Amino acid sequence: MMDLLEGAPIQLQAWFLGLLRSFGTPEWILAVLSALIIIGTIIGVFLVLFALTSVLERKILARAQNRYGPNRVGPFGLFQPVADGIKMITKEDLVPRTADKVVHFLAPVVMLIPALLVLAILPYGRGMVPAEMDSGILFFFAVGAGTEVAVFMAGWASNNKYSVLGAMRAIAQMISYELPLVISAIITAMVAGSLSPSAIVAAQGGFAFGFVPQWFVLTPWGFTAGLVFYIAALAEANRSPFDLPEGESELVAGHLTEYSGFKYATFFMAEYIGMFAICGMFVTLFLGGWQAPVPALTIIPSWCWFLGKICFVAFTMVWVRATLPRLRIDHMLAFAWKFLLPMGFAAFLSAACWHYAGRGPAAWILSLAIIGIPYLLLGNSFTNRFAVSRRTYQFSE
Amino acid sequence: MNFPGSGIVKGLAVTARNMVGSYFEKDRLTTEQYPEERPKLPENSRSFPFLIYDGQDPESGMRCVACKICEKECPPQCIFIIQDRDAAGKPIKRPKVFDIDISVCMCCQICVEVCPFESIRMDQEYELSSFDRFAPLLLDKARLLKSNAYYHSIHPTEAAETDAQLEVERKKKEAAASAKAAKSDKPTEAAA
Repeated sequence: MMDLLEGAPIQLQAWFLGLLRSFGTPEWILAVLSALIIIGTIIGVFLVLFALTSVLERKILARAQNRYGPNRVGPFGLFQPVADGIKMITKEDLVPRTADKVVHFLAPVVMLIPALLVLAILPYGRGMVPAEMDSGILFFFAVGAGTEVAVFMAGWASNNKYSVLGAMRAIAQMISYELPLVISAIITAMVAGSLSPSAIVAAQGGFAFGFVPQWFVLTPWGFTAGLVFYIAALAEANRSPFDLPEGESELVAGHLTEYSGFKYATFFMAEYIGMFAICGMFVTLFLGGWQAPVPALTIIPSWCWFLGKICFVAFTMVWVRATLPRLRIDHMLAFAWKFLLPMGFAAFLSAACWHYAGRGPAAWILSLAIIGIPYLLLGNSFTNRFAVSRRTYQFSE
Repeated sequence: MNFPGSGIVKGLAVTARNMVGSYFEKDRLTTEQYPEERPKLPENSRSFPFLIYDGQDPESGMRCVACKICEKECPPQCIFIIQDRDAAGKPIKRPKVFDIDISVCMCCQICVEVCPFESIRMDQEYELSSFDRFAPLLLDKARLLKSNAYYHSIHPTEAAETDAQLEVERKKKEAAASAKAAKSDKPTEAAA
């Protein structure tokens, strides 16, 4: 039964293509269809995830603040995305008179394309990679950087100072956080010895002592790199506490100020799909991809594990959003360059030492020390620098 | 020297406690889900004026005597009264028309304070929105008249005070009437 489910997506596709072949459909149409089925399934799954997240995120945030959250449309408010969608589609699509109309129109499209493209290289399950690439990680970050262009297109084309300021902040943030993101991803590629996502997942397979999973996140360097990757991913996906490109208290809505109707919805869709993509990357690189955490649970299909882990990581992102306030721009950039990047390098060094010290207990202690010392030093210098002191007045009183 | 990052972990713990706790401890949730759950209004809250009647029948139990003091005192002049007349055309102590335009009313309660017959009081009804600006917001006598029991249900303390006062006045009147009757009785007795 479970074996059947494990291969179900692939078997279904093969069965459908076989059915068409029996009708005498030409081979080239079958090849195109086979690709289209995969694309359609992935986009469909992620759109459903997006719709679900848009309502569940609001519910979780509400619960964190002891509120009910949306509960009016449908059972438990689960049809809220439908209502939101209808509202977004029927709203007027405003374009400012002085806007660069072509670029203004293209920006949401350009935003969505990289978000969808990077979904191609994620290993969704055992032998379920839509596009098997030797340098999949490189592809992910190279294409993912395209969203920065879209954000700036949106800001510039709107011809509005809030939009441009928001876009400039977004660029500063995304470029700063790209570095720790890529450094921490490189560490896993270095240990696994490959840039292919499937190879990295395979390197995390098996169980130590028969029950401890060998995910990278369970090693000192992997935990640090994972944390750096996670924080940088929050910034890349414009998630709170790094959501200042659209900080409504300062910038109206940043680069989204002049967008309304379905273009606005497209931006949001791209942002959420991008978030899921980067969650998928985090799962692939650090949380063992589609591997089950306990040997007994390997009977559950691998693609279920992958989707479940993505949802878990997305949930933690909402949790962080419910907890932390938005950072100030200079604090945020200082954090990226003066803390995350050095910690990324420390994890890099630690991973290398861990590998060459034989991956045994001695390697653990060495790698812990290499990470722990800079963490304590950097962390304390950071908290001291931004420590809130009592405000003193020189001339009043 | 704190361990760096411990503050974030503490914060995450707080939100996690709320997330889980709000499903198990109902008193964490302060939201009032309005159409289903009604707010418990404070006793002294008020919206617009209404007229009180005693007993069961609104027309016969009406306390209002059409003295028009409230109409004259009303600052935005939202009260409109026409006194009723009997078959002979003689004015009687009852309003024929008593309208309050609540789109003009400013809920100042002056009508309540000036009324010598304790017949006008403030209501707590607040769901008065309508699709038309005019007719549904011009309350006529039929919509204004509400029973004394209803008054007791919305402002119990104030209603009890009013009833006690009316009772005192009624007794005073009875005493005066009996005294008068006694006085008028005496000469007849003397005459007899």
